[in-house]
Amino acid sequence: MTFTRAEVCTVAVAEVFRGDGEILASAFGTIPALAIRLAKLTFEPDLLMTDGVAFLRADVPPMHGDAESEAVVEGWLPFRRVFDLLWSGRRHIVMVASQIDRHGNHNFACIGDFRKPKAQLLGMRGAPGNTINHPTSYWIPNHSPAVFVEAVDVVSGVGYDRAAALGDRSKRFHEIRRVVSNLGVFDFATPDHSMRLVSVHPGVRVEDVVENTGFPLVIEGEVPETRAPSDAELKLLREKIDPRGAGQKEVRV
Amino acid sequence: MDKRTTAAQAVAELRDGMTLGIGGWGSRRKPMALVREILRTPLKDLTLVSYGGPDVGLLCAAGKLRKVVYGFVSLDSIPLEPHFRLARQAAAIEAAELDEGMLQWGLYAAALRLPFLPTRAGLGSDVLSINPDFRRVKSPYDDGEELVAMPAIHLDVAFIHMNRADARGNGQFLGPDPYFDDLFCMAAKRRFMSCEKIVETADLLKGGSVHTLAINRSMVDGVIETPNGAHFTECPPDYGRDEDFQREYAATARDPKAWSAFKGRYLDLPDEQAYQEALPTT
Repeated sequence: MTFTRAEVCTVAVAEVFRGDGEILASAFGTIPALAIRLAKLTFEPDLLMTDGVAFLRADVPPMHGDAESEAVVEGWLPFRRVFDLLWSGRRHIVMVASQIDRHGNHNFACIGDFRKPKAQLLGMRGAPGNTINHPTSYWIPNHSPAVFVEAVDVVSGVGYDRAAALGDRSKRFHEIRRVVSNLGVFDFATPDHSMRLVSVHPGVRVEDVVENTGFPLVIEGEVPETRAPSDAELKLLREKIDPRGAGQKEVRV
Repeated sequence: MDKRTTAAQAVAELRDGMTLGIGGWGSRRKPMALVREILRTPLKDLTLVSYGGPDVGLLCAAGKLRKVVYGFVSLDSIPLEPHFRLARQAAAIEAAELDEGMLQWGLYAAALRLPFLPTRAGLGSDVLSINPDFRRVKSPYDDGEELVAMPAIHLDVAFIHMNRADARGNGQFLGPDPYFDDLFCMAAKRRFMSCEKIVETADLLKGGSVHTLAINRSMVDGVIETPNGAHFTECPPDYGRDEDFQREYAATARDPKAWSAFKGRYLDLPDEQAYQEALPTT
């Protein structure tokens, strides 16, 4: 079957949860919300998922057009219990980023000087607590030098250099698992934990990634292609998870 | 004791420069009738502590705030609160931006009369440079771990909104999430609870299980019945968010003329009843 870039991205984000087991999978953005559903329906059936309000959902509802009456609720998770759970570490979140640097420092709080920002964005939200307590990955639908920057304006999510400076004990729960953009997949599996290009999506050249990144990436030898969605995954995405194609709107190609 | 009072009497306890905590979360179950009452006064220089929504935006737009303590300010269906953004981008307010879990911890410390509570949240992030008075603490046990000592956030006054309450100050939420309203009350010297409806104490459990009684009367000094008082934020199951009205409110940040028209139509009114009557009929 032929597939779109958005579908490749959805599978790549789903892959960040592989091996996570019985933890809460959380998402910012549409593609990550689709990806959690896909992971749960295929290789990570034990993931916990919320409805975005205060309930844990045992079933996997479609992205839109969900009938409340059919919801299978398996637990209650109001915000304060989300905080308890995330501080206990049993969670992996995919957050969006307005800026990210080579060490994985993340910003979605504001652009410019914090005291008088050019643009106030989301604020710190839970990013400081998330990144120091449990695995975090990032989803970036608009890969550009304005997002992949030399230095972020404000650090909301903690990167590897800042975590290292805290010492072994304080950083022991810190992990930036992976970064997925509309162009490729990245991780920090290098000696100094600087960002590495893991794969480029089908149709993307390594040069495209390099040109759109505002810092030098670690590139080791021949860079493989991100795996293509299987027919079974495409069928699940198109028929069950996202019949209205919400994911297609989030990725520009 | 009968604690029924009015929005005007509750707001009359505020003084310039006080620290006010407002319950709810984003554009959800906010005590908006009490916020609107603040807008009718000459109060100024308030410090506002909030899981921020249009409470923050309206008070920013009206020039009531000196400082905001928050983890985010959002209208939920509109992710960024436009009036708050304007105030931030003009440096019109002092911003004490926190991790949202740290905000809970600060309120909880104040509630328990502790000087601080330790947490890992904030370490390595710019929360600690934005709030340079926050200190670290070393575990006194063998692990010696360094943590953030989140200081207690003491409130002069707290405002919350519940679905039901009795006249003595017992409060009931009937929606999915109690948020942190109990902590706001426990962290404050004076505590005011507005509600959709005041009922007999014996009738509280007719509306929901005992687990919905999040606020007990030792946590409340005054109860105010304000039907539709969380408008335009959501207050389920009584009503959802008024998305049309919220969009109209958000659009006024683009143009000072639109804001003054909105203010004239909905805010420069003598009382809450006049506000409710001015709302478009649907």
